[in-house]
Amino acid sequence: MNLSLSITKNIHDWLFNMMPETAASLTEMTLIATVYLAVFAVTGLFLVLLERKVAAWFQLRLGPNRVGPWGLLQTMADALKLVSKELTGTVNADKFLYNLAPYFVIITALMALAVLPFSGEFQAFDINIGIFFLIAISSIGVIGILLAGWSSNNKFALIGAMRSGVQTISYELSVGLSLLTVILITGTLQLSEIVEVQRNGWLIVQGHIPAIFAFMIYMISGTAETNRAPFDLVEAESELGAGFHTEYSGMKFAYFFLAEFINMFIIASIATTIFFGAWLSPFGITESLPWLGVFWFLGKTLVLVFLMMWFRWTFPRLRIDQLLTLEWKYLLPLNLMNLVLMAIIVWLNLTIQF
Amino acid sequence: METSTVNNNFKSEEYFINMGPQHPATHGVLRLLLTIDGETIKKVEPDLGYIHRSIEKMCERDSYQQIVHLTDRMDYLSSNINNEAVCLAVENALQIEVPDRVKVIRTIIGELTRIASHNLWWGVMGMDVGALTTYFYAFRDREMINDIFEETCGARLTMNYNIPGGLMFDIHPNFVKRVKEFIAHFKTKLPEYDTLLTNNVIFQKRMRGVGMLSKEDAISYGASGPVGRGSGYSCDVRKLHPYSALDKVTFNEALRTEGDSFARYEVRIQEMWESMSIVEQLIDNIPEGDYKVETNAVIKLPKGEFYQKVETARGELGVYIISTGTKNPYRLKFRSPGFSNLSLLNHIAVGGKIGDLVASMATLDLVIPDIDR
Repeated sequence: MNLSLSITKNIHDWLFNMMPETAASLTEMTLIATVYLAVFAVTGLFLVLLERKVAAWFQLRLGPNRVGPWGLLQTMADALKLVSKELTGTVNADKFLYNLAPYFVIITALMALAVLPFSGEFQAFDINIGIFFLIAISSIGVIGILLAGWSSNNKFALIGAMRSGVQTISYELSVGLSLLTVILITGTLQLSEIVEVQRNGWLIVQGHIPAIFAFMIYMISGTAETNRAPFDLVEAESELGAGFHTEYSGMKFAYFFLAEFINMFIIASIATTIFFGAWLSPFGITESLPWLGVFWFLGKTLVLVFLMMWFRWTFPRLRIDQLLTLEWKYLLPLNLMNLVLMAIIVWLNLTIQF
Repeated sequence: METSTVNNNFKSEEYFINMGPQHPATHGVLRLLLTIDGETIKKVEPDLGYIHRSIEKMCERDSYQQIVHLTDRMDYLSSNINNEAVCLAVENALQIEVPDRVKVIRTIIGELTRIASHNLWWGVMGMDVGALTTYFYAFRDREMINDIFEETCGARLTMNYNIPGGLMFDIHPNFVKRVKEFIAHFKTKLPEYDTLLTNNVIFQKRMRGVGMLSKEDAISYGASGPVGRGSGYSCDVRKLHPYSALDKVTFNEALRTEGDSFARYEVRIQEMWESMSIVEQLIDNIPEGDYKVETNAVIKLPKGEFYQKVETARGELGVYIISTGTKNPYRLKFRSPGFSNLSLLNHIAVGGKIGDLVASMATLDLVIPDIDR
């Protein structure tokens, strides 16, 4: 019996013995939600620190190194500062929407985490339309950004929000289609089954040429989805100040900030799950130790997160019309052709299986 | 001006936005009044005066030695060259011939200042188009120049190294060695600038064909420096009216004919190479001799009008002195390169996007205290 599975099973049994079924289910859900919330708040903070460190390595600097060993507690301290800060707002803002916006962004970011298969056992919510759920949830986040920009009564914020709307709606197509390309091999949308299919080789290997194309398109459009450089027009510092969150302060700003990093983690996690076999170890080298799956998953995800950080600290920003040209004139047609190519490959059984 | 209406049912409306005086892309306290339709710029009106210190009026109160110190605070990135302009004007008026040593050192210091200035420009150029790493690469190399200046004259930004009649101090014994070290270092690092930014496809897409300025317009707007030369207007004062030791060196005037943002970018990159070559030609044979000629403690210029122009990192800086024979100028006018270059902004930015405005403005290399004085 697996250790982690036995612990969760024990808790499950204990709860169901102690109280009626409905109450036990509710308690369980609350517990899991709390654990997720805690774990991913820390993950977000860690990613912020990682980004600052990575940026420093790229930029001939040391990065945060004062708070805690190797600067590890820096973002904790930043978060504490942000919590204690006054929440300022504009006088003529639409108060209700203004206050609602950050929660939209952070809640959608956290919801997407529920379906990710961190290991064979560690997956909160294994629904049969997992991929669909991920794409659907990740596109709700943009509403929060639009609300923030619209309600702040600030023209810079409004421009940022409109850019965000245009950008996210465009690049959603590419994200969806590139994932769809690979889904053709698996024939299922359920994430746990997609992982099982990859026991015969990661999908990027199984699907070879079209899968590699799909991965590249996915990483480009995924970066655009998270509004990170070179697609950070939404908060283009040199053009719009801080973009849609110009008027936010304190913890509300922190929600936007944290959501960006969690979204980046999600985009990388999806890529890991779909293209790189999620928690499966390469060639099954740690098959006998399933709990190592979490580390494989996080390891692969962090490599992809690093890739996205690499983009950010090397590339200049695109202009808004170039951004749309890239999507509608290049990525989308390429994606559709890629989809057909993949269909042919699956039809003729040309996939590489180990 | 074409409107961005997709069809007749879709009505587009212009709106007005204040960019600055506190805005990351305006590099100081410049305020731009933008009229925008969606993302398209319809009109740019620069609004100045936020850092006006009436330097020209203060010059009427000060002695000529003191005026030199005020010029540091105009275009603070070319402070040595600004100092030199006033010193040359005063020396020409007094008909003082400074020693060759002074001329050579002034030229070396001036070219190092130009490299440092273009260096900083390159860093913020990258930041303006969204590549944040460039800033730190630029500062790595700029720090070395600043260290050299610090060792020689004790200052890193506002140098005050030139005085009428020569230099305030002789060069530091380490000066030659460190300048050579810097040149050797920078020769390996400048190609990095190209690999990081110039050759980046996104950057090229952002710069090519954007912010077009024809040669005729460049001349009629009074553009000078890299902005003029990016449009094929040969306006390098160092070539046309050599001063100090610039007539003893050979260098190419960086000239591009495209007239877009990328041409202005390339001109500055090439100028860094040319400046390095000028320094290399001079650094090995700095003549022996005095580092200044003694002038009277109170300098009185003869009655008349005197004009001296130099090439700062931003273009042509003119110093126009009207003297009535007293120890202060009756009127002193600076013809600053930034002011004319800023007047171009509306011309090159209209019709572009907000991102284009920021990128084009970055290639004008504006220093606001130079414009406002």
